[in-house]
Amino acid sequence: MTSSMRVRLGRPELYTSYKQDMALLNTPGKKVFVTVTLIVALAMTFSVDDDVLQLLATGCATAIGAIGLNIVTGYAGQVSLGHAFFVAIGAYTAAVMSGNPDGQLLGFGITEVPIWLVTAGALAALTGALVAPLAVRLRGLYLAIVTLGLVFIGQYVFREWTDMAGPPDIGRPAPVATLFGTRLDVDGPSMTRVQQLYLLMLVLLVVLSLLARNLVRSRTGRAFAAIRDRDIAAAVIGVNLTRYKVIAFAVSSFYAGVAGALLYLIPQTFTAGNFNLLMSVQFIAMILIGGVATISGSIMGAFFITLLPRITAELPAVLPFISTSATGGGITVVQVEAILYGLLIIGFLLFEPKGLFGIWIRVRNYWKAWPFSY
Amino acid sequence: MTELMQCLVRGLGDGSVYALLAFGFVIIYKSMGVISFAQPALMLSGAVLVTYLVATVNFYVAVVLAAAAVALLAMGVERTVLRPMIGKPVFVITIITLGVDIVIRVIVNAYIGLDVRPIGAPWGLSTTQLLGVEVQQRHVIMFVTTMVLVAILFAFFRYSRMGLAMRAVAFDQEVALAQGVSVGQVFMLSWAIAGALATIAGVFVSTGAGVDQQLWIIALKALPVIILGGLDSLGGAVIAGLMIGVVESLVATYGAAIAPWLGGEFALVTPYLVMMVVLLVRPYGLFGTREVIRI
Repeated sequence: MTSSMRVRLGRPELYTSYKQDMALLNTPGKKVFVTVTLIVALAMTFSVDDDVLQLLATGCATAIGAIGLNIVTGYAGQVSLGHAFFVAIGAYTAAVMSGNPDGQLLGFGITEVPIWLVTAGALAALTGALVAPLAVRLRGLYLAIVTLGLVFIGQYVFREWTDMAGPPDIGRPAPVATLFGTRLDVDGPSMTRVQQLYLLMLVLLVVLSLLARNLVRSRTGRAFAAIRDRDIAAAVIGVNLTRYKVIAFAVSSFYAGVAGALLYLIPQTFTAGNFNLLMSVQFIAMILIGGVATISGSIMGAFFITLLPRITAELPAVLPFISTSATGGGITVVQVEAILYGLLIIGFLLFEPKGLFGIWIRVRNYWKAWPFSY
Repeated sequence: MTELMQCLVRGLGDGSVYALLAFGFVIIYKSMGVISFAQPALMLSGAVLVTYLVATVNFYVAVVLAAAAVALLAMGVERTVLRPMIGKPVFVITIITLGVDIVIRVIVNAYIGLDVRPIGAPWGLSTTQLLGVEVQQRHVIMFVTTMVLVAILFAFFRYSRMGLAMRAVAFDQEVALAQGVSVGQVFMLSWAIAGALATIAGVFVSTGAGVDQQLWIIALKALPVIILGGLDSLGGAVIAGLMIGVVESLVATYGAAIAPWLGGEFALVTPYLVMMVVLLVRPYGLFGTREVIRI
């Protein structure tokens, strides 16, 4: 171990070379942590019950969407409340591409995952690029509300376009997923349907988070940060605002589209009502709770929000005054869950603005300097 | 002609609800620089409170009591949740109000239950003659009440000492503070006014169909209204509110005949479409102040 290595181990934010600072995994801790997480995540495929694995798979798909929102809102500073709209575009594109061509709803019968996944992402990205000019003209809260308008308009279109999206209260079935001729969404010879889907989503999450991490430490990522920190100053030093805002929206929407395409493979059906304001708010909550402008934070936040209903479902066993029935007196589980969302958002913003990622940094710093933790 | 007249009156009536809500949004924005997403929850709690109060007291007394109670609630929210966030990024504070909205709404929903609660307004759905055309009383009452309230508030801002303080804070918080204005009090008062206005708007909305758990969605229509009028323009909020109400009513009446392919409920999204089109031409709304940009 060289002396510089020892210094680095003792001081988390100390980088001894530019190359090291810019590396994909720029600290030894991160290398260990990422490797361990990956091994655990892979091992879970076979060691965890299917009902929990379902949640984890949904968490992976949601995390892809959260990374997307963090690119446009966390890194590029363009507040978007319209993320649910882009998720919807991805979901419907994938469902239409892979849908039964002879069925009642629009469908083309292309069931290969890579094909509909890329198309779903690409179409969402295209829509994002079309919306981006609004972001060039508008700033701050004006932009937030206009993107919110997208959610309402999208919901209306999908509700009315019943040939494509199905009846508003029934919706349409999720995409059909085959990989090289093998069906992924039915139980296979060696793995159950949930295990197959979980592996698929895990692999996609790893690939897409690596790509995102690479993007934000590149020239483009630095341009995003410059726009976020002060757009006029960025323009003055030569960052093309229009170009980079379009890129930010397109990339973010691509991730949202991919997330949308994957999200309903587990529940197997979805309606236009899924893509509402609440979904946009949940994505915002994920990146705020996870950590703004961090990839790992987006993933942590997404899993946190996805697993929250499961955690609150366990609460009545511990706290007897919470009622499990939906109609009975007292506080119900659903209410507790909704209140927790609200309180978590408020609490994190008041007390821990850096989110789960910030807590992790503090815990790490505490142990780095232990026993001199001050 | 009769149909057009009825349609306009309905539009002005609904529009005055949007105007009241938007007025509250703009007052908060002018004092704190934040859009409060808690307005839907305040509106809902006001309306629900009235449905409970009318069981024991007169309807008008109930409205006044509910408005006062919601104003208190709004002041409490401002003091406990938003005051510690002064100086933090605007967007973060805005998201906090979203959290407040969710919490309040869940609690209020428990008091609504699954049924529709009647608001008990004395005029109900009865109609009256206006210029020889039969229109619903409630729309006329909504419009007139809103105009009176707006006039009172404008007079308050223009002539009272506290109104002057509020205008000073809207102009520059630090300078106002240096002149001895209690900025905290101004924040609280603006939330109180917004809460009271939201209550009255909530009562107006529910005079037709009563209060149910979906009522809050109507408050979100105030968002395109404030953007259309300009975030910092009180007059703009009123004009844009009435405008959106009339456009929506016109589309609801004639849209199906002119463009049936748009679907039956196209009126629901017209506020957002109008907002987007106007913003492409005027990025700061119709009456908003252009932001001075410097490095």
